[in-house]
Amino acid sequence: MEQTTLRVAIIGLGKMGLSHQSIVNTHPQLKLVSVCDSSSYILDVLSRYTGVKTYSDYKRMLAEETLDCVFIATPSKYHAEIVTAALERNLHVFCEKPFALDPEIGYRLADLAESKKLVNQVGYHYRFVAAFNEAKRLLESNLIGKLHHVHAEAYGPVVLRTKGSTWRSQKSEGGGCLFDYSCHAIDLVNYLVGRPLAVSGTVLNSVFSNDVDDEIYSTFEFPNGLFGQLATNWSDESFRKMSVKISIWGTNGRINVDRQELQVYVRALPEPSGIGLTTGWNVSYTTQLTPPVWFYVRGEEYSAQIDHFVQCVKTGAVPRSSFRSASDTSLVANRMRADADKTRTIVDLGESHLSASDTLPESRRTRSFVRALVDRFRVGGI
Amino acid sequence: MDRVLFGDNQFFGVNHMSEEKARAQAVRFQDIAAVIKVLDDAYAEGIRAFMCTTHERMSEVCGYFREHREKYPDFKFFPCLPYAHKYANAAAELGMIGAVRSFLPTDNALGALLKGGMSLARKDIEGLAGLLIDAEMKMFAGLETPVIFLQNVATDFLLGLGFDEAFRMFNDHVREHYEAEPGFITMNAPYLLQRLAKIGLKNPIICANINKIAFRMCGGIDAYEQMIAEGRCRLIAMSVFASGALPPREALEYVCRFAHIEAIVFGASNRNNIAQTKHLIETLTPIQ
Repeated sequence: MEQTTLRVAIIGLGKMGLSHQSIVNTHPQLKLVSVCDSSSYILDVLSRYTGVKTYSDYKRMLAEETLDCVFIATPSKYHAEIVTAALERNLHVFCEKPFALDPEIGYRLADLAESKKLVNQVGYHYRFVAAFNEAKRLLESNLIGKLHHVHAEAYGPVVLRTKGSTWRSQKSEGGGCLFDYSCHAIDLVNYLVGRPLAVSGTVLNSVFSNDVDDEIYSTFEFPNGLFGQLATNWSDESFRKMSVKISIWGTNGRINVDRQELQVYVRALPEPSGIGLTTGWNVSYTTQLTPPVWFYVRGEEYSAQIDHFVQCVKTGAVPRSSFRSASDTSLVANRMRADADKTRTIVDLGESHLSASDTLPESRRTRSFVRALVDRFRVGGI
Repeated sequence: MDRVLFGDNQFFGVNHMSEEKARAQAVRFQDIAAVIKVLDDAYAEGIRAFMCTTHERMSEVCGYFREHREKYPDFKFFPCLPYAHKYANAAAELGMIGAVRSFLPTDNALGALLKGGMSLARKDIEGLAGLLIDAEMKMFAGLETPVIFLQNVATDFLLGLGFDEAFRMFNDHVREHYEAEPGFITMNAPYLLQRLAKIGLKNPIICANINKIAFRMCGGIDAYEQMIAEGRCRLIAMSVFASGALPPREALEYVCRFAHIEAIVFGASNRNNIAQTKHLIETLTPIQ
């Protein structure tokens, strides 16, 4: 394998951009050439204390610097424009998630990158967590048989009160639990069992936020009789930090997996039997599953995804998390939002079905009366 | 420095091997009295140093030990700052600069307020760092804090960026304002030591994962063993059991063989485990 260094720039220096900068700067096969952000404050501090070359205008940076690849970590609304500019300069691109809020745009960017044979990766870092990859390996070996249910959960303490003044609290800017939290779970489900054919029963609910959703629930339908459920909520203070967990049921057992632990219940061992597996529960942990990384900040997966990008650029392989797979995730999220607006099926039997001893509370009686009136008008009775 | 240091992961629902275990611990230690009971047990077993984060709940623990100083006259705290999640959550909600601003002192004299605002405006990072350190250290006022640590998320983030000057700022502020030694917690010890040497910080205190299975020992076990042998830093070994992946005796046999590892930090949630671990460390440490 070549040992030449790739010249890289980073656009967008928020929490993720700076985190990437920290890791990129130590990678033996990457040379950080420059960084770009709209905040002159951050640029000044970085320039003074790390010596990195800084730009406030990404177009100028792309025109002036000789680069091989670029990391884009701006708010989502700028992704399409900046990714396009980078691809048009024949740069390999690593872009943060959510990739494109409109899946159509995402797929067009994927087409563009693929037609130019440029490596294109999106920061769905859960695809680089060892426990989830081991779960995927076991699923592909058919260990738990024909899958019939998958349950994906993501919880965390991000929004705990009615406040917020960044892009995260603006729906139009990619804010909200759906794009910030749920997309990780959706992407993982796509990765582990495939993209759903249809979604139904979607709930997008605000708990504390004004403009965006704080919790999302949905039912997924997959091929071959597999159904699943998604439950995500970023207003749960009982979690110290973001917690993603996937449970999968099959005819031969069950898998529970989170970032650190993989639990597999096996009913009958395959012939020949899997190495190190027994019937009943098998548990493995990150300590034994996770390959070491050259530099660690926050979690191996953040480093592993960047090394993966570098190796894909060197070998021409398609990244595990690409523009196309990320657009699949945006597509599912998009369809979920559309689904949430649909009519739902009322459970209430209405007043005529009550027995003599039942009494409806005042407000419900009024509502039933009004509904009955409205129905009469709708049918064109009066 | 004491040979045996007591850690705090178990008190705050932190377990790097299993989220389920972490949650069970979080429930167990919801009541501060449960935390203090375990620290009491540690003290009774002869442990005299508590290495802890600056989680809000720690201020209650600090309050207790301040009030009962006569009962624990020689108990020391080794604060590890900052508590990263506090900043990460704030950054997500308020943006980077908003987050920093929110942690600057507001209840103090006008002087501190002005200083904070001015430091922020003039990008006086040294001044800002000092104010943030002071804000984090407030809860330890009146307690003995011989070593003050920079948490690994901060250390490694700055290390990666190449912001070495931040380590000097931390070093200077801790020595000048707290008459304490600075310590650096990291998952990338060999690389950190290299950078600290470059800015002239000699023989620094470094706390890093050191365990038989090389869990989170970036650079590899050989680089770590070489670093240990060279003895150019004062080492504290953490995660010696690799978050529970290694049986205690086997884990400690590995760590205790190195003469240049000055101290070992471990966490436990009952007196029995504390006693056993301390006893193992003492018996397995060769007499020098």
